[in-house]
Order: sequence, then structure tokens, then C-alpha cells
Amino acid sequence: MPRPSLRSRITTQVLLLALSAAFVMPFVWLVSTSLKPIEQTLSLPITFIPRAYYATLGGQRREVTLDFTVTQPGAVVRFLTGDDAGKAGFLGAPQLAAAGATVAVVHPVAAGSWHVTQRLGDHLGDSRAAPLWDVIPRDQIESRIKFRWANYPEALAALGGDAEADRHRVGFWTFLANSLTVAVLGVIGTVISNAIIAYGFARLRWRGRDAFFALTLATMMVPFPVLMVPLYGVFRAFGLIGTLLPLWLPAWFGSAFNIFLMRQFFRTIPEELSEAARIDGCSEWRIFWRIIIPLSTPVLVVAALFHFIYAWNDFLGPLLYLTRKDTYTLAIALQSYESQTGGIQWHYLMAASAVTILPVIVLFLFAQKTFIRGIATTGSKG
Amino acid sequence: MTRQDRRSLRSGLAFTSLWIVGLAVFTAYPVVASLFYSFCDYSILKGPVWAGLENYQQLVHDDLFWKSLRNTLFYAGLSVPLGTAVALGLALLLNQEVRGKSFYRLLFFMPSIVPVVASAMLWLWIFNGQYGLMNAFLNLFLVPFGLHGPAWLADPEWSKPALIIMSLWSTGNAMVIYLAGLQNVPLELYEAAEIDGANAWHRFWHVTLPTIAPVVTFNGIMALISAMQIFAQAYIMSEAANGNGNASDGNPARSTLFYTIYLFSNGFQDLKMGYASAMAYVLFVITAALTWLASRLTRGRQEDAI
Repeated sequence: MPRPSLRSRITTQVLLLALSAAFVMPFVWLVSTSLKPIEQTLSLPITFIPRAYYATLGGQRREVTLDFTVTQPGAVVRFLTGDDAGKAGFLGAPQLAAAGATVAVVHPVAAGSWHVTQRLGDHLGDSRAAPLWDVIPRDQIESRIKFRWANYPEALAALGGDAEADRHRVGFWTFLANSLTVAVLGVIGTVISNAIIAYGFARLRWRGRDAFFALTLATMMVPFPVLMVPLYGVFRAFGLIGTLLPLWLPAWFGSAFNIFLMRQFFRTIPEELSEAARIDGCSEWRIFWRIIIPLSTPVLVVAALFHFIYAWNDFLGPLLYLTRKDTYTLAIALQSYESQTGGIQWHYLMAASAVTILPVIVLFLFAQKTFIRGIATTGSKG
Repeated sequence: MTRQDRRSLRSGLAFTSLWIVGLAVFTAYPVVASLFYSFCDYSILKGPVWAGLENYQQLVHDDLFWKSLRNTLFYAGLSVPLGTAVALGLALLLNQEVRGKSFYRLLFFMPSIVPVVASAMLWLWIFNGQYGLMNAFLNLFLVPFGLHGPAWLADPEWSKPALIIMSLWSTGNAMVIYLAGLQNVPLELYEAAEIDGANAWHRFWHVTLPTIAPVVTFNGIMALISAMQIFAQAYIMSEAANGNGNASDGNPARSTLFYTIYLFSNGFQDLKMGYASAMAYVLFVITAALTWLASRLTRGRQEDAI
């Protein structure tokens, strides 16, 4: 190909930068939200950098929450009559005039001041945080960047729900252990079973092999919903509903995709190696185990990675088969936490999501070359 | 059959025996059972009772069934071509001599391995009408004209487009495949086209596209099959964005009631498993027909080009 002109190289580079910004933005937003105090997730204009604010309240410098900005001049007052007698509050100029002698002005407030409360709790409207009426001029408030790392342990604790109400004491570590059980047992099964099966398709010649392989590929076209109801019936008949078994056991019996993947790889290993071993009187099992497997590490790793990610990310499977909270995987625990809190606590929700994403991202970063090569081969079925 | 033949058949079957069991138990039996159930009145609590064509007759008169089918076709019809275009576009950009190629590839790929539950949560927040990132960005351009971004997942008009936009984020998988396909296009072809005076567009249309067409077709069909089964993100996000109701209602106003969601709600919430099986078979037939159609159409295109 001719070397592209400088102009087209610059255009490409600019396009790529803009597109990568679009692809990265959701991740930035995820991490940024996960490190904010809650009220900064619900304020406009939106911000990306979490901040902490400090003001002097009662003679002491304290971390405060910005509740609202005063838009018109007014005053902090003490109510003298009515139900609120003795309490403090803020009144804008017109209300102040209307209130007349029923209030005593504590101090006047200029527009642009901030109403703040001392940060005590983590929730908006926390009653412990609301007793004082502190309206402070903007320039008396200091701020600095502060990541609220505490969101992470708090979110993970919240993921388990109300521990006292549950019969079983379950939480993040239980869900993590369940997810890992399903993924790791599935990975082991996938690698072992598919390698054996693919050997039968790739390196042995037998009657009906090609027809059977064509049938195998055809099963990839069957939509999962077609299998869903009878599969549920099968697992129910064996009393496995509510256990993790339905999520990893099928991996021990092969899958069309992985058989295809490994067969393609095994076929690239020179036939002479097997022939020589056969002449020496090696059994097929020995050839498989001693010759083919040691040469096939790349494809075994790819299948293992793919399955780990598939199992870790699966949602419909756990939704169908898991009934008790102590068997939940992280994916299903995250969804059930969200549907309990109604998506209000975005900072916790994003922190818990980040924790769910992290293992697959780390795995991918460590093995990206293997990964990308693996995907490239699976997609180019001729 | 000679003794040799029998021996090789025995070892072939021995090596594939796990799969023979797996195929029988986890695919073949369910495929057959599901067809049988589709003609039955069946809930998991009591056995199947033959009902003939009743389920299929009911489907024809079920408005929600048609609604879910329309929603699903709309989603698949837009997300698959758009996703293919984005993936192919990214692959073409990265197929040039650019600095930082592997970094970009990594970046574009990463979203496609994010667990669907987590990406559903993330996009739920991005599409939040009030505090979400999407509207904060759009409003930069809309507010000067007195307009505002929509409520996305809470607005029946915008809930499906929101899910389509979200699906474009995770096209990295296809991009990697197309990039590999592009790198297999023989350089001589480009050189020959160059000599014939073909411009960049001609080179793309007459050289690049025909050579990678089989890869695009295959991956497009796989994407179509999976788009027709959209479930998790819609199930999670529709309930969350609309507060009340059940996750399988497909709110707002049933605009995200997709086929598999309605099937799941029939089979596993209302325990109408015969009805759900009939739906599953209809989906099977539709998917097969679309697959056949897609491969026919693209084969025609390939022959034209060559």
C-alpha cells in the first residue's frame, strides 16, 4: 500500500483520538462516580473530579456538604412563634419582609452564599447531619480534590443487603466465592472436555465424523431460549435448581464453539508427528496427551479465558437457576442490590460495578495478546 | 466395514463421547422436548398435557407477543448494521499505519468484555435524564436551541435507541475480527487497483469489501442471532429506570418488552411453559429464516463485486 499522505495520517489520528475519548468516557464516568460523595452525583452541572469542602463551623474547621446555593439575599433567622419556635432557618428577602416580627435575624446572607451541613452521614437528608443552619459566604469555603475510597467497602457491605434480616450471613465474599467457583470449575471442564473431543474431530479419521462435526456446528445456531425450558426441567429433575451445578456442569461435556476453536488449532499440527508415534506403537490417548496437548497451550489458554469471561459475565443462567441468596454470583447480587435500592445510590452502584468489572479487565490486560489472537481466529471461519 | 474401520470408529466415538452425552442432554433433548412442549399445556408443577395447536393459535392473537417481536426486530435491525459499520470503521482506521495502534485496539476492545450487569448499571446512570453523562453532553449543543436531551430509558420513544447506542460501545470483539480479516487482504490486489487508477473509495468497495465479505457475513449473522435474544440489559435497565412494576414488563409503555423477556416472563413467572416453548420455536424459525436471508443477500453482493 502506498504510504498515506501527511494529511490523511493526521485525519486518522484525530478521528482515533475522538473515538477513543467516546469509548473511554463511560469508564471515566464509572470511576469518577464511584469516588464521589452521594450529593455530588446528584448535582448540576455534572463534575468529574470528586471534591471535599471545608468550612469553619462553631469555631472548628470541618468537612461539610454543600446543600444549596443561595440565589437571593436573605437572612438566617430564629423563629419566635408557631410550631418552629426556637428553631433556625433561612428566609429569602420577600419571606423575611412578610415574616416581620415573628422571626429574629441571626445574620444576613448575601446571594451566592452556600448553605452547608457538617458531613456526618453518607446519605442525603441524614437527620444527624441536619441540625445546624449554616449559610456561609462562598469565599470562606475551601475545597480540595478528595476521592471517597470509603464508597468501595461501604458498597460491598451494602451488596449483601440487610444482614440481620437474612437467615444466612451472606455478603460480597460469598458472591465472589460463588462467581469464582462457577468460573473456575467451568474453565477446568471446558479445557479438559473440549481438548479431548476436538482431538477426535481433528486428528482421527472415522466414519460419520464429518457429518457429526457439521451437526456440531449447526447447534451454534440454536437460540438459547429454545433450550431454556427443557434444561430447567432436566436440572429440576436432578434436584439441582438452587445450586451452582447447572452453571458449570455443562462445560464438562463440551461446547460447539470450543470444539471448533480447538479443532482448527489441532489441525495445524503436522500429521507426521502423530504418524511417527503411531509407528512406535503409541495409543491415540498417549499421542493426544504427550504430543498434541504440549503443543496446544495457546488455544487452551484462549478457551480458558473465553470461558472465564463468559461464566463471570453470565446473567440469564444465574437468574434461571439460583434461588437462594447464599448461592448468588456477583452478577446477580449486583442486579438484586440495584433493584432493592432503586438506583438512587449511584456512588455505591458504580463502586460495586467497578469491582465486578475489575477481574475481567485485569485478566484481559495480562493476556491481551493471547486474547486478541484467539478472537481473530474464531471470527475468520471460511 | 473392515476391522480397521471399526477400530477407528471406536476410538473416534471414545474421544467424542463426552460431547455425545453433552449434545444429547444439553442440546438435542431440549430441542426436541421444547418442540413437544410447544404443543402442550405445561407448567413445571404438573406434567405436559397435549393441547395441539392451541399455544400457536393464542400467539397469533397475543398483542404483547407482536409487540415484543416488533421491538426485537427494531433493536436487531438497527443495532446489527450499525454495530457492523462501527466495528468495520474502527478496523479500517486501525488497518493503516498509525501510531499507538495496539493501544487504540486495546481501548476499543475493552468494553466488549465488561459483564453485562455492570455495563447495564453504568449505562443506566449515563442515560439518567437528569444527572446522566449523555444528557450533560447533548445539552451542551441542545440548550442553545432551547432543547433538552430526552429521558432515554424512561421515555418509550428513546428507550430502544438508548439500548442500541449502548450496544455500539461493545462492538470491539467484531472490530478485532475484522482487523484480522483486513490484514489478510493481499497487498498485490491493492497495487493492481492502484495501477488501474482506483481511488481510495474504489479500492475499499472493489478490493477490501469483497475479500472480507465472508468474515463480515459470518459475524453479522452471529450478531443477528444474539441481538434477537437481547435480554439481560433490557431486563435490568427497564425496571431500574422506571421504578415500579416487574423487570419483565418491558417498561416504559412496553417499549423494551423484547422477545426473550416476554418468553421468560411467560415461562418462568406465569409458569406457562408450553406457551413459552411455542414462542421459542417461533424465534427459532425467525432466526433461521433471517440467517438464511442474510447469507443469501451477502452472497449476491460478493458475486457482483467479483
